[in-house]
Order: sequence, then structure tokens, then C-alpha cells
Amino acid sequence: MPSIKDLAKREAKFVSGHRLCPGCGAGVVARHVMLAIDKPVVVGCATGCLEVSSTIFPYTSWATPFIHSAFENVAATISGAETAYRTLKKQGKIDKDVVFVAFGGDGGTYDIGLQSLSGAAERGHKMLYVCYNNQAYMNTGVQRSSATPRGASTTTSPAGKVIPGKVQFSKDIMSIMVAHYIPYAAQTIPGRWNDLVNKVEKATNADGLSFINVLSPCRLGWPHKPELAMEITRLAVETCLWPLYEVIDGKYKLNYKPKEKKPITEWFKLQGRFAHLLKPGNEHLLESIQQEVDRRWENLLKKCETN
Amino acid sequence: MSIRVAKTGNEAFAEAMRQINPDVVAAYPITPATEIVQIFSQFVADGIVKTEYIAVESEHSAMSACIGASAAGARTMTGTSSQGLALMWEMLYIAAGLRLPIIMSVVNRALSSPINIHCDHSDGMGARDSGWIQIFSENVQEAYDNIIQAVRIAEHPDVRLPVMATTDGFILSHCLEVAEFLDDDVVQKFVGDAPHRPNILDFENPITLGALDLQDYYFEHRRQVAEAMSKSIKAIDEIASEYEKLTGRRYDFFETYKLDDAEYAIILIGSTTGTAKDVVDELRSKGKKVGLMKIRVFRPFNYLKVRKALENVKVLGVMDRADGLNSFCGPLYSEICTSLYEANNRPLLMNFIYGLGGREVKEEDIENTFEHLFRAGKEGKTVNTVYIGVRE
Repeated sequence: MPSIKDLAKREAKFVSGHRLCPGCGAGVVARHVMLAIDKPVVVGCATGCLEVSSTIFPYTSWATPFIHSAFENVAATISGAETAYRTLKKQGKIDKDVVFVAFGGDGGTYDIGLQSLSGAAERGHKMLYVCYNNQAYMNTGVQRSSATPRGASTTTSPAGKVIPGKVQFSKDIMSIMVAHYIPYAAQTIPGRWNDLVNKVEKATNADGLSFINVLSPCRLGWPHKPELAMEITRLAVETCLWPLYEVIDGKYKLNYKPKEKKPITEWFKLQGRFAHLLKPGNEHLLESIQQEVDRRWENLLKKCETN
Repeated sequence: MSIRVAKTGNEAFAEAMRQINPDVVAAYPITPATEIVQIFSQFVADGIVKTEYIAVESEHSAMSACIGASAAGARTMTGTSSQGLALMWEMLYIAAGLRLPIIMSVVNRALSSPINIHCDHSDGMGARDSGWIQIFSENVQEAYDNIIQAVRIAEHPDVRLPVMATTDGFILSHCLEVAEFLDDDVVQKFVGDAPHRPNILDFENPITLGALDLQDYYFEHRRQVAEAMSKSIKAIDEIASEYEKLTGRRYDFFETYKLDDAEYAIILIGSTTGTAKDVVDELRSKGKKVGLMKIRVFRPFNYLKVRKALENVKVLGVMDRADGLNSFCGPLYSEICTSLYEANNRPLLMNFIYGLGGREVKEEDIENTFEHLFRAGKEGKTVNTVYIGVRE
């Protein structure tokens, strides 16, 4: 794995000038992913914050070939590009080794793009699919998605007098992707650059579709202080809300175990979307969320131990 | 050299695709177009084409994958019908807006609801404003000739728009007809290598495709799509001439049949034209001055040429195999009205909706249509809209 000095010397393929918010996770994720790949890369992006902020015509932050077509289909779009590459290479019309990366937000991955992603995974197109997961439809103004955690207040699951924010727990996208028997799936955060870069390297060397789920803070939607963005992602790991793990050819591996598991309230109190949960009278809600986080963490530990 | 063979519309499309030998095909099965990709995937399995075939999980992904492949510089084809085309709707506009020369065979079929697998033109008409060039076929021969010309039209540097060539569901897609197929090398020579386009596998000249246009650029880019569609008229004509030299078969934006001195005429699209030609012959033998026009290229619509060909007709019946559901008329009728507004002599115009959901169109239905026109001519007034062959 390259050192951070090596990475800093690499030619950036995602460059400054984009209009992402200060404290947004997506730009950090995109930059790290692109730095981690030291080969020619074709990038696809689902409609979303990253896409609209980085490609406002006539400007672009992508110093590498880039395509966006629609919201729900980045996996299918890149399936086409990757297939074209394979046949053109076979025909001798291109000689480079090319890496294909698809970026989608959680809405474009967990919800509207799930079919397209599932199809691409089953067909085994060689691409890295990165879900920059800010846990809601942030680009359209903070609507709930199936990645939104229980209790979070969004504009379509607002905390009200009778309903305390989103009722449901988030979908387990990692298990869904692992169930496709893809060669590589991992969960990571931008707050640990080495974990992220390491996983991107492994993913792009995998033979088939690889999937990385990256927690990506949204200062407007969560909301949080911009300067705390990276720290919040590390706190998500320390509370076991967002474990760092990878699944290589079906085998689970935990990459980090907190010495002392912090209570979820530590994570909640830095974000406005959970503020209502911390008010007196909502202890039962916090308890139900803590229980589910514990249950999922234990499940994951079992899966890792079995291997 | 060429050979005469008995083939169905679907076989003709598949055979033309084999001869074109595209780089990528991404497709999903749907009745009555399934056979096209079924036959073609056998060609892939047997290694007789160089094509990479992507068996996608939906038509939305089919068109999305075609967009990715075409953006990467690959010659890309697909095929679909009805609900499949409807599911592609979002991506049809994007394919055209990104100026990708994707070629698609469409087997025209009714749209749900109620679900129906038989022919009408509702699916194609739903795509009429998407920026795709649309070429309809009367018979298997035309289907074959149209899809081959479609490659050249789509890739023409002045055009760079996607093209769909269509057949009528079951009537053409599943019926055997004798057609003349060209030799493989003749087709290969005609389609040639695809002209170079900016693409996303060019790392020396990286492009950002599908950027966000705000109020300051969107309009200009859409204006360019409109310009490309206008320019396609010349390209379609030139390519048709080249194809005529090769085959002796001349294709125009429309075909006229006994129209020159006709006082009463009908206009229609697709396979019903054959039946209508017989009726025209029959009425001519009885001394009636009748004729017809068959629209082949619906997008772009050659308004000026259509006007010139129609302005001396006394009464005109426009036959739509799709309803506009606008409380007045079908889509073809609107185009013909527009064409004739500035004509020196404006014919009386009537609109007929016919054949929805594969309702059979018999000679007596066409005769009945002409009877309406004769009556309108006699009385000097028209009624709109007439539904032919429906129980009311």
C-alpha cells in the first residue's frame, strides 16, 4: 500500500473547483478513491450531490474520462462501458489496462439503483462500485432513504409530535451484496484514509464487481459542524454503528475492533437529526436503537469468527 | 450479390445485426421482439460475430448499458417492444441528448393497460419527441434495409443521433416473407468502420459526458439536438441514394402510391399499407381517383416534401394506429395538419384511428375509410375522429 506521501505525489484525477459543501464527505471519498487507483480510470456517477457539484458545464473536476447518465443506473451504464472496453481490447483497438469505477449515493444504491447494481453484480462486470453513503437523499433536500438510520429526522421522516423521525432501521446493503457472491465487499470511512485506500486497492484487483460502502457525512443533512466531518465518521466506528470490515470471496474479516464500545448517544449528540432523541421521554427509543446496533455488531462478530 | 430468402421480420433484424457485426449488444427479452436477441445471442454463442452481448436485467438497464458502451466508442445495438420501450423512456432522451448513435430494432406493440401483445404504434409514438430518428417498415424487406441504413444515419457526423427502425408486431415480426438479403461483405462495406467520436476510453483527451447544464447552457445543447435532427434529413436522403446504388431499392421519407392525380387519398404507416394498396387498385378499377401515402421516416418528419405531395388532393384521410388521447386526434394527423397549413390548396382532412391492440384491418375497413372520404368530398365537410373497426 502506498504511503500518504506517495499518494500526495500522485496526479489527482478528482481535482479542486467542485462545488461540494465544506465538510462534505463525498469530495474526500472521491479524491481518496481516485488517488488509490494508479491506472487509467473511467468514472461513472449516479445523479446526486457528487455528480451535480463536480460537473457544472463547462467545468469539471474529473481529470479522467467521466460519464453520468441518470440516477438509478450507474451500474448498468458502467456495465456498458466496461463491456465496450473488453471487446475493443480484444479487437486490438485499445491496449491500456483500464479500471472502471461507479459512484452512487445511498439513494442511487440502496433504493432506486438496487436493480441495476444487482444486475451488474450478477453479470460480474469488472468494476468498483462505491456507495458514498450519507444516509438520505441529500441532493434533493434530505429525504429519508432505506439507508437512513432509525430515529433520524429527515424532511420525509420528520420528527413530529407523534412520530419521532424515521421508524425503520436501515437496510443491510452489505449482506445483499455479499449474497451476490461478489469477490470483494467492504465497509469503510473517509476518516481513516489508509483503510479506505487499502480497500480500494483490493477492490480494483478483484475479478468481478466489487463493492465499497463508505460513510459520508453531510453537514447540511445530518447536520454537523463542518470541521467535525472526519471525526464523526471515526466515532461511527467507535460506537459500532459503522464497523470497518471486508468480505473477501465470502469470508468476513473485521478490520478494527474498538477497545471500548462507545454508546450510540456519543455519535447522536454531534448531529442535529438526532437531537429530538436526546430529549427526556425518548429513552426507550435510544434503547431500541442501541439494542439493534448491538445485535448487528454481534452478528458481524459471529460472521467474522466463523471464518 | 444478394440472395432471396423467406424470413420473418425478427429473423431479418437478427440477420442484419449479424452482418453489421456490432461491438456491443445489450438487450432484454419482450414479446414480440424476443426472437431478435434470441437469434442474435446464438450468433454470439457460436462465435460468428465479434459482439459482446450483455444480457441485462431490464430494458432500462439495456438502454443504460447501450449508453455506456456507445459513450466508450463502441458500435452498439439493441432491440425491444412496447412496455420495454416505455421502460426505456427516460434513457431514450439521454441517449439522444448525449448524441450517441445507438441503433435499435423496435417491434411495434400496443401499450398496457389492458395488457396486449399485438400490433399498434402507441409504443413508437410515445418516443416521437425523444430525439430518436424513427423509421417504420411496411414489410420484411424494408425492415432489413432500414436497420442497415440506420447504422450509417446514426453515425453520420452531421447527425450523431440514435435511430430506431421498426416492424409491426406479429404481422411482420412473425410472418414469413420473401426478401432479398445482401452478402455479408456488401453490408460490411456499406456500414464501414464507425467514424471517430470523442469517447470515454480516450485518456489523452478525457471528456466529462453527461454534465449538469444550468440555465446558461441547457438550451444551447438542446438546440444542437434539434439542429442535428434537421440535418438528418439530408443525411437520410444521401444514404438512401447510396443504398439504392447497391440494391436498386429506393427509399424516401415516404412512399406514394397512385397519388399523383388522386382526389381522395389516405396516409398511413406500416404493414397495413399492403392491404391499402390492394384497395386503391380495386377502387381505381372502378374509376375512383384514389391513392395513398405511406410514411416511412416519422422522425425527422419531412413537412415540406409531404406538403408538396399532398396539396392537390381533395380529401385526405389520415390513419393513425395509435390514439393521441388528446380529445381530438392521433399523432400522425397532427403532423399532416402541420404539413398542410401553408399549402396552396388545403385538402379536407379526416382522422381515422384503427387497428389498436392488433385489431385486424381488412380490405373492407380501408374501403369504409375511403367511403368516409367520398362522403366528405360530396358534402364538403368532415367528421373527426372516426374509429375504424371498433364496437361502439
